[in-house]
Amino acid sequence: MLNQEIGLNPKIFDPKIEERPTRDGYGDGLFLAGAQNPEVVALCADLKESTRVEGFAKKYPERFFEVGVAEQNLAAIAAGMGISGKIPFISSYAVFSPGRNWEQIRTVISYNDSNVKIAGAHAGISVGPDGATHQALEDIALMRVLANMKVIVPCDAIEAQKATIAAAKIWGPVYLRFGREKTPVMTGRETPFIPGKAEIFWQSKKPQVVIIAAGPIIYEALLAAKELEEEKIGSIVLNSHTIKPLDEKKILEVSEKYGAVVSVEEHQVAGGLGSAIAELLAKHNPVPMEFVGIQGVFGESGSPKELAKKYGLTATDIKLAAKRAIRRK
Amino acid sequence: MEILHEKKLKFLEEMANVIRQDIIKMLVEAGSGHSAGPLGMADIFTALYFHVLNHNPKAPDWEKRDRVVLSNGHICPVQYATLAHAGYFPVKELMTLRKLGSRLQGHPHRKSLPGIETTSGPLGSGLSQSIGMALAARLDGAKHHIYCLMSDGEHNCGNTWEAIMFAGKNCLNNLTAIVDRNNIQIDGFTENVMPLESLRDKYEAFRWNVLEVNGNDITEFVAAINEAKATYEKPTVIVCHTIPGKGVSFMERDYRWHGKPPTKDEAREALGELRTLHGRIMSEHE
Repeated sequence: MLNQEIGLNPKIFDPKIEERPTRDGYGDGLFLAGAQNPEVVALCADLKESTRVEGFAKKYPERFFEVGVAEQNLAAIAAGMGISGKIPFISSYAVFSPGRNWEQIRTVISYNDSNVKIAGAHAGISVGPDGATHQALEDIALMRVLANMKVIVPCDAIEAQKATIAAAKIWGPVYLRFGREKTPVMTGRETPFIPGKAEIFWQSKKPQVVIIAAGPIIYEALLAAKELEEEKIGSIVLNSHTIKPLDEKKILEVSEKYGAVVSVEEHQVAGGLGSAIAELLAKHNPVPMEFVGIQGVFGESGSPKELAKKYGLTATDIKLAAKRAIRRK
Repeated sequence: MEILHEKKLKFLEEMANVIRQDIIKMLVEAGSGHSAGPLGMADIFTALYFHVLNHNPKAPDWEKRDRVVLSNGHICPVQYATLAHAGYFPVKELMTLRKLGSRLQGHPHRKSLPGIETTSGPLGSGLSQSIGMALAARLDGAKHHIYCLMSDGEHNCGNTWEAIMFAGKNCLNNLTAIVDRNNIQIDGFTENVMPLESLRDKYEAFRWNVLEVNGNDITEFVAAINEAKATYEKPTVIVCHTIPGKGVSFMERDYRWHGKPPTKDEAREALGELRTLHGRIMSEHE
């Protein structure tokens, strides 16, 4: 059943659950972080409205910088500001930032240890009709591999707001990943958000499998857990919003206890959350593991729903993966 | 900045010669690294750190210091030698260049060595970082100046032009770019690899103030710096025509010396030439 102790939305399984894109939460969080700290500045590469930087830009025009369609410049200017006492947030679509400007992020942000926050919007296949060119499926891998970098993938708009505010307070480079589409608001104001600490969203009485997810797709994992429960298969759903540093303690604890793991992410299975978990388990406690995510292919145009179905990202896919993992115990 | 008297000029020219000798010694000891660029830029580095900059080597993090960003990080031996002689760290440490555990990394790293403002090496991102520093200074109402040293070759990079466009748009008058126009890059002469001329017209089209000087003439360079600081409505670029390998006859103007160190024999010959040059500087100023 749903974890009752962390203030999750009681209407979570109501078909009319409130939906908001996580990028909205980023916009709100940036606005609030800007109010809290005058050193927060925002830079954007010609995507002010769709990355939700507009509110900040209107309120603090002197702290907003339009860089134009130039993501390498975006990252490197921010690097210069981040070592000069500012807390720059750079916003673009994830395919461009951290996609196109990866080397600048590596050298002059990450290695340089500059206090820059990278917001990758429109991440995942759910960006839909724009097609594979705009569907960032590799960004977590690109950022996770960098020393000094932290990686956070919020699950809904409320968590996105909290993650953004938290990122402004963390010293050093942070990557934040956001989606375009409206997705269910699962958490509440009271739901704890601590970077690096995973939260159990669902806990059956007798779990047989641990489902670990990051991002809005955790909603599909919750639906899968509910359906599994109806079939008398117990599970745990863990929200691992911080992919780096991973909550190793929690993940090891539950995987040891229940003996099978399914990772769930809207990203290539290579290099993302699943890989991070597999690296941890391989070292300390190998258990059967299944990977729900994009299986090494590019996406295509289509509606988010159609794409989720075709590329295996639905509750049904998670359920099947959970059963496979249990069978392999 | 004080006026550049004859006595000071002699001191600077002598110092540049000492720095050139150290560059040769460092490179032969390291066994790898770049020769031509550092030698060509020794006069400019000397002029900056011993005459132009408002800085304090004993307090490298002093907030009001002018910032120097070396965008073409591969010529760092000249920056390291200059920083050491300016008092940022012991001169004897220069011989650890590129060695395990050294603070003198093969390309400059902010967190390794006092006096290094930012990490650089991969070409094309230094001007952007300088812009970030200039914007931060503007927001803070700070008066320090940002000097970005760049190579001509890195004008092949798209990131460089993104930065040039941005600085022009934002009239960043607290930023001065200093371009080492030595006409060589790894694969050959710049105009063969990827023609850059007219650099002046290009910068002007991007709303910059453009000055051109002989980059091996300290007096000319300092005059251009003064003019740049007196320009309020635009960022200034000083295109410095330098001789790559300057001071060592067999390296001068030869692109094959862009990316390799001298052998022991070549170093001996180079140091001999530089000592002769030192004697000439002394006598010329007498």
